[in-house]
Amino acid sequence: MAHSAASPAIAPSATPVTLPIRAILPWAVFFGVLMLVLLYFVGAEQGATSLMSGENVHEWLHDGRHLLGFPCH
Amino acid sequence: MNPVNSVTVRQLLVRGMLAGLAAGALALVVAYLLGESRVDAAIAFEESHAHEHGGAEPVSRALQSTAGLATGLLVYGVALGGIAALAYCFALGRIGRFGARPTAMLLSAAALVAVYVVPFLKYPANPPAVGDPDTIGERTTLYFLMMLLSVLLAIATVILGRRLAPRLGNWYATVAAGVFLVVTVGLAYALLPGINEVPEHFPAGLLWQFRLAALAIQLTLWTSFGLVFGHLAGRLLEPAQAAASAGRGSVGAGTAASV
Repeated sequence: MAHSAASPAIAPSATPVTLPIRAILPWAVFFGVLMLVLLYFVGAEQGATSLMSGENVHEWLHDGRHLLGFPCH
Repeated sequence: MNPVNSVTVRQLLVRGMLAGLAAGALALVVAYLLGESRVDAAIAFEESHAHEHGGAEPVSRALQSTAGLATGLLVYGVALGGIAALAYCFALGRIGRFGARPTAMLLSAAALVAVYVVPFLKYPANPPAVGDPDTIGERTTLYFLMMLLSVLLAIATVILGRRLAPRLGNWYATVAAGVFLVVTVGLAYALLPGINEVPEHFPAGLLWQFRLAALAIQLTLWTSFGLVFGHLAGRLLEPAQAAASAGRGSVGAGTAASV
């Protein structure tokens, strides 16, 4: 094949890219925290701890919490 | 720093959240079909055994079992999809010679085990009526602690396996890392306090079926996440191979030649 001579730079590894840690870190820190906040609201808000008063969040997410394995009440 | 890499991370993150949304939607179907009848049965048991139930419910059962359940599963899917995509950025090319799609599938399997199955075996999912409201704080702390430990131990296992590989070879390095994981998780199980708050006369069959349904939800979520995210990441990172494997032989060959 004509392109086989040009390929070896990519071909030896099955992996297309390795992303440098420095490029990942800003995204990982900012979006990682954001995603964890979302998980906290689904899994624990108005259960063990409350940032908002009342129990509407808890009641709204009641079935999801039980079925996703979070301690609910 | 190469800005292309940062763009790739962003593109993978967006794809992870979309794949998580799709996986959450499929898990929602499983939760609705397999889980809701068990939640209803457990609530019926709870009400028949409660001495006094305080007044009107702020959210009706009809809303809890549909819109409420959907909110929970979709947000859970998007959030874990985003986190999994970020973990994927770290794992890509660092866990061995795996392509874009196998890496996605391996990561999903690891996430299923580390985020759900390992904590579940110590602190399994409970239906309504199981669990003392007075211990919710303690149970939540222990559950999240177990989840955090499990994820950290899984990451340590992968790093250990990679470190041992040059000395022991891939097979024995993997076995040794696996033994490390089993022993450390076993120690965590042994040292953390157990919780059993199943009320007397709660139907054992119902508890078993509820927990199986909870496992089925997670299995659906992570399997579909691995497949969808792997497909999207493969198209992004290996466009030539993706085109060729999609059966468009001539187009694929042309693209490969141009690469």
